[in-house]
Amino acid sequence: MRLLFAQDGPVIPDFGRGDECIRANGKFCLNWFLDEFWDRYWPRVVEHIQLTLIALAFGIVIAFVCALIAYRYTRLEVTFSNVMALFYTIPSIALFQILVPATGIGWLTVELALISYTLLILFRNTLTGLREVPDEAKEAAEGMGLPRRQTLTRVELPLALPAIVAGIRVATVTTISLATIAAYITPLGLGAPIFSAIQTGANTEFVAASLLAIALALIADVLIVLLQRALTPWARARRQAT
Amino acid sequence: MGASPEAGDVSDLLNFFADNVSLLVDRTIEHIVICAIAMAISIALALPAGVLLGHRHAGSFLAINVSNVLRALPSLALIAISLAFFGLSALNIQIALVALAVPPILTNAYTAVDQVDPDAVEAARGMGMSEPQVLRVVELPLSWPLIFAGIRTASVYVIATAPLAALVGGGGLGDIIVNQPTYGLDGVMAATIVTVALAFAVDGLLGVAQRRLTPTGLVVPKELHTIVPPAESDLPADRALA
Repeated sequence: MRLLFAQDGPVIPDFGRGDECIRANGKFCLNWFLDEFWDRYWPRVVEHIQLTLIALAFGIVIAFVCALIAYRYTRLEVTFSNVMALFYTIPSIALFQILVPATGIGWLTVELALISYTLLILFRNTLTGLREVPDEAKEAAEGMGLPRRQTLTRVELPLALPAIVAGIRVATVTTISLATIAAYITPLGLGAPIFSAIQTGANTEFVAASLLAIALALIADVLIVLLQRALTPWARARRQAT
Repeated sequence: MGASPEAGDVSDLLNFFADNVSLLVDRTIEHIVICAIAMAISIALALPAGVLLGHRHAGSFLAINVSNVLRALPSLALIAISLAFFGLSALNIQIALVALAVPPILTNAYTAVDQVDPDAVEAARGMGMSEPQVLRVVELPLSWPLIFAGIRTASVYVIATAPLAALVGGGGLGDIIVNQPTYGLDGVMAATIVTVALAFAVDGLLGVAQRRLTPTGLVVPKELHTIVPPAESDLPADRALA
């Protein structure tokens, strides 16, 4: 919007500012993109990261608590799984709209939808990670006289960590992907330029915003792999030993 | 905040179903066709590749990294890029859906065949079976449960994401979901319910096929009964960058 006010007059935003490539609607006008990056795209990138981090933070807490409950009370697993699978199958572009009457147009709606999509993967991976802790490790903890809580925090959770982080990894790229669709209801994140380009047909806008979203997802993916390595040094030692 | 007028009650929703049976049926059929094409392409690409690499116990780096990269690509970004390069076409949605469906099929096919009990394979070779026979008679039957789990996951992703097709004129149930001004929130919810039901129905049907194809005597692990199996945790994320 700021860009519009800065213009001299035309109602139709003159993306070109005289740029040949933009006037010809070239596939990707690099010069224009570089000129516009900080004003036009960087704020969207920041929003996109914020949308993703908030959704992940809440999703991890909720899924983690549910997984611990289901680990303790096995019968509840099916209930949690089914409810989360139901959320998971709702098309995101529909869920954003369906939430609007209840929570309005804005961050709250977007985050509620994004959180709901993280739950199933995080829950399943956390629970699987906990279940796959070898019995010997648990027995050793018991034999050392560790109380139940310490068995959980000092033996079971560290051993479940690779599976938990693997879940966070999938949840992160999924959230980055779905956050682009949030712009269907409100211009937030990197989906905003994409949806505006669906109206205007501006090719550079399509390609620029999409490449940024893809770059964001790939960078996040690599960062989490590095995080996982840092968090589980023993896995590395074991790999080198074999 | 206040509920908007079109946020009707359950009877309005039921009325929409009653009044629009033929619309919903038409769109559902389009939806199924879009999804079936995407699944056919994905299976044709990913299944032979995964099975062959698994049979040779080679190329895990390739299989896993192709999956990781494809999984990170935001669907809307793929649609937007293909719009810029190919214009409006059925390719737009198919590229996005295939990118979504290939990773679970490829990783599961690879993991399944790779992890078949080496003793069983040795026994088959000892009996004088040729390599194709080993694959067909021993490895594949033992792999079907996990391979099918991948196909089920992929089909759920595809059915839930196919509504994006309507953004680029592709039809399907998304056509109702992205036309709230025409069909109202009741229409959006009705189409959403049909989409979710379709996802669960297809998952259920594939589950039946999965059990049929599983050799008697082979117990299908419980975690493969669910809609999104935690196959991700089977593959240590740190192998990807190794």
